[in-house]
Amino acid sequence: MQQLVRDTNAWACYDCGKCTATCPVARVGGLLSPRRHVLTANLGEETDPSRDDTLSSCLTCGLCETRCPAEVSYTGLVRRLREAAFDAKIEPECPHGGALQSVMRMMAKGGTQQDRLGWLTDGLKTDPKEGEVFLWTGCTGYYDAFFPEFDMKTVEGTKATVRILNHLGITPVVSPEERCCGHDLLWNGDRESFEALARHNVELVRASEAWMVVTPCAECARTWKIDYEPFFEGRVPQVVHLTELLEERFDDLRLKANGMNRVTYQDPCRLCRHMGVHEAPRKVLEAIPGIELEEMASSRHRAACCAGGTWGNCDRFAKRIQIDRLREARATGAEVLVTACPKCQIHFRCAMKDPNFGSEISIEMLDVAEVVASALV
Amino acid sequence: MTDTPSPRAAPKKKKAATRKATKPAFDPRIVVFACNWCSYAGADTAGVSRIQHQPHFRMIRVMCSGRIQPAFVLRAFEKGADGVLVSGCHFGDCHYIFGNERAVEQFEKTMKVVKLLGIEEGRLRLEWISAAEGARFAEVIDEFTDQVRAIGPSPFALRDAIEEIEVPNTDTGAEMEA
Repeated sequence: MQQLVRDTNAWACYDCGKCTATCPVARVGGLLSPRRHVLTANLGEETDPSRDDTLSSCLTCGLCETRCPAEVSYTGLVRRLREAAFDAKIEPECPHGGALQSVMRMMAKGGTQQDRLGWLTDGLKTDPKEGEVFLWTGCTGYYDAFFPEFDMKTVEGTKATVRILNHLGITPVVSPEERCCGHDLLWNGDRESFEALARHNVELVRASEAWMVVTPCAECARTWKIDYEPFFEGRVPQVVHLTELLEERFDDLRLKANGMNRVTYQDPCRLCRHMGVHEAPRKVLEAIPGIELEEMASSRHRAACCAGGTWGNCDRFAKRIQIDRLREARATGAEVLVTACPKCQIHFRCAMKDPNFGSEISIEMLDVAEVVASALV
Repeated sequence: MTDTPSPRAAPKKKKAATRKATKPAFDPRIVVFACNWCSYAGADTAGVSRIQHQPHFRMIRVMCSGRIQPAFVLRAFEKGADGVLVSGCHFGDCHYIFGNERAVEQFEKTMKVVKLLGIEEGRLRLEWISAAEGARFAEVIDEFTDQVRAIGPSPFALRDAIEEIEVPNTDTGAEMEA
């Protein structure tokens, strides 16, 4: 516990309570109190917060960290506490009965040949094994299969990413051997399965001889960039989210009007707060002729997240956060809510299914990759 | 396991002994989800009527096949089940009117995910068995066991963790137990 307190800077906490005041869960009435967790962690073993029920209701969105004057890494603390809880066989009550965790753990065990590239059509140029740029597709195919009731095609975002990369003259590696990046398991506390996935994935990219990993998923980007670091040996590939690559290669993009006028952008928590990328997607969206980017009441590092990031938590407070956020999106007058993470889409679309609020908060949702791909010359 | 079998378990145990004598190369581990009103009673009928069938399955009773969400099946596979059979009442017979229609929706979703994962399609099956169809229950079990045996052991199977298959802990699950 002492080590944990040192590692996460929790000892520097001076009990100001800004974290709990900012926390989106606490704001809508949830019992989660980051301040209490930091304090009890500081008090040591007897008050071990890893046994606290509310630990699993943290979204790990990082909003509290942006406000903390003492630079306590609360998300880091939560992750370590969840690992401790998981080791003590306290499993979180995962939404969907833990089905998605089962899928991820099966991928961690391996041994089967996944059928994950069904979306890869002839018009898309990719390489199954070797290349300079590795496209990390993420688990969008699984999400579309698992949530047929949302009429969504998150896999379209993945396809659009290939089209954009082809447009930039890149033939990316898209491997059928790709497995879940392990992001969710890591944040649920299952470090062992995460490490199995990390080792497999890092080896896969190493064998492809790619020097860059591009992904359209904010969570995969975070995991590759930050959490995979200890697993790399030798040459470390450059990891970028698709929007970062688009910003870097901005001059090579030839964009035309795609019929969209007013759009608004949802900052995925992993991309904006964990990785500090918020201007890149905005720059790219605004570069499309005809598109006017309307900001929501809270944006960039202040943006509320979709409240379901790690498949570890879904309750009435999460629903409340989603509904409030969608109201903000509707208030901008935008036609389309653009996001850069498939999970934002899933969770907001789920909230739109609410019969009490549906008509108030429904809004078209697209991935930033889809918007850009439809505007390519 | 106890040595004092209940009247229902008796035929299965007897069968287990005879199977052991013939020594098949691989005995699959199959999880059968059965609804309380039809399929579970159908298994009962098979047992009471002493209809011989292969014993390599473990049965999990739920109140309605509509309860069998993807998580149950996927957890069974994760924990090493070689096959999963989902069973419920025939259409129009559901104790809860439309529960088995929900079961079909859930099953289709599960099947899609199972295929994406690369688990063989033949390891998962949906069957309607009524309380009176003891013979049909035995037949389905025999057929499915042979089918799974032909596919071979699950890649996720841990040979030493036979009793580890468990139902995930969900809100509704907790309510159901209570």
